[in-house]
Amino acid sequence: MTDTTANGHAHDRGHEQTVAHVSTDQHQEHPIRVYLIVWGWLFVLSACSYLVDYVHLQGILRWSLILIFMVLKAGLIVAVFMHMMWERPALSYAILLPPVAVLVFVAIMVFESDYTALMRMTFFGGGP
Amino acid sequence: MAETTMAHAAHATARPDGLKGIAADWSSDQRAFKNVSWGKAMMWIFLLSDTFIFGCFLLSYMTARMSTTVPWPNASEVFGLHVGGVSVPLLLIAIMTFVLISSSGTMAMAVMQGYKKNRKASAILMLATAALGATFVGMQAFEWTKLISEGVRPWGNPWGAEQFGAAFFMITGFHGTHVTIGVIFLLIIARKVWRGDYDTGQRGFFTSRRGQYESVEIMGLYWHFVDLVWVFIFAFFYLW
Repeated sequence: MTDTTANGHAHDRGHEQTVAHVSTDQHQEHPIRVYLIVWGWLFVLSACSYLVDYVHLQGILRWSLILIFMVLKAGLIVAVFMHMMWERPALSYAILLPPVAVLVFVAIMVFESDYTALMRMTFFGGGP
Repeated sequence: MAETTMAHAAHATARPDGLKGIAADWSSDQRAFKNVSWGKAMMWIFLLSDTFIFGCFLLSYMTARMSTTVPWPNASEVFGLHVGGVSVPLLLIAIMTFVLISSSGTMAMAVMQGYKKNRKASAILMLATAALGATFVGMQAFEWTKLISEGVRPWGNPWGAEQFGAAFFMITGFHGTHVTIGVIFLLIIARKVWRGDYDTGQRGFFTSRRGQYESVEIMGLYWHFVDLVWVFIFAFFYLW
């Protein structure tokens, strides 16, 4: 790379590119079998979550099954298809921890909407 | 300079893992992401911000649904289809889910073929991904048309709580926009791979930088994220 450069400045840039190349050379290359197995599981889990609706499960069983299948699918996609399980923890923690703030926000809004519903039922006569 | 380069690279491969690795990588004298290029890191950070956007959409939908005193329309019936006189609940949504998961699989294969420098295979798999994505958007357009003709509006609908339409159009519309943008970029990257831009080091039309096959993986990150968001929309909006 450096033998094609014409002056000192370009010479330095050539080295910078070498550094970048060395530090990013580790491809995310994994056997096709891993992808096919995960792909198959995604189909199975999607079919299962559709069946939850199809057979009219209700109540806590329905909600827990929906959440379990959702979390499993999301986890498989992030971990394998997006290669998160092979990344260094410095990246995966930086990306996967902040969404916990959304869960905190959800918890706050659960209390808020319960309060709003209570106010509506108290002052607007409980709907239709 | 060359010696320090080599020393740095050798040092980078021998860094600690686990929690100690996080502390070591994020230390003030370090570059935080050791084996991740800036392109991939920035795509991840963009996806994180997108996570917050979709997270806020879904939790405002939750707030509207929990706080209304009017019954919420039954998604299982609203999105049902009549096939040969039989009413099948959520049929179109189920097909859309399988289409999107298939596209995620073809995208993962395209990334793999790209790193193996199988240009044609990678480009064809990406075109297949784009075709499945376009199919998804087409089915979504059909779904929107059906619901609008049945009288669903952002301010009301025939079956119950008025916020149903607003949440539906906002969430699925934003997701459909993401899929559409993804299809456009898939076509652009597939063309570059097919021509061999990443082998000849041709400069890109927008940034004028030489691309690498890592661009296919970064494209894949975006596409898998679109699928990931659909997993949550499917669970919370259609099944709940």
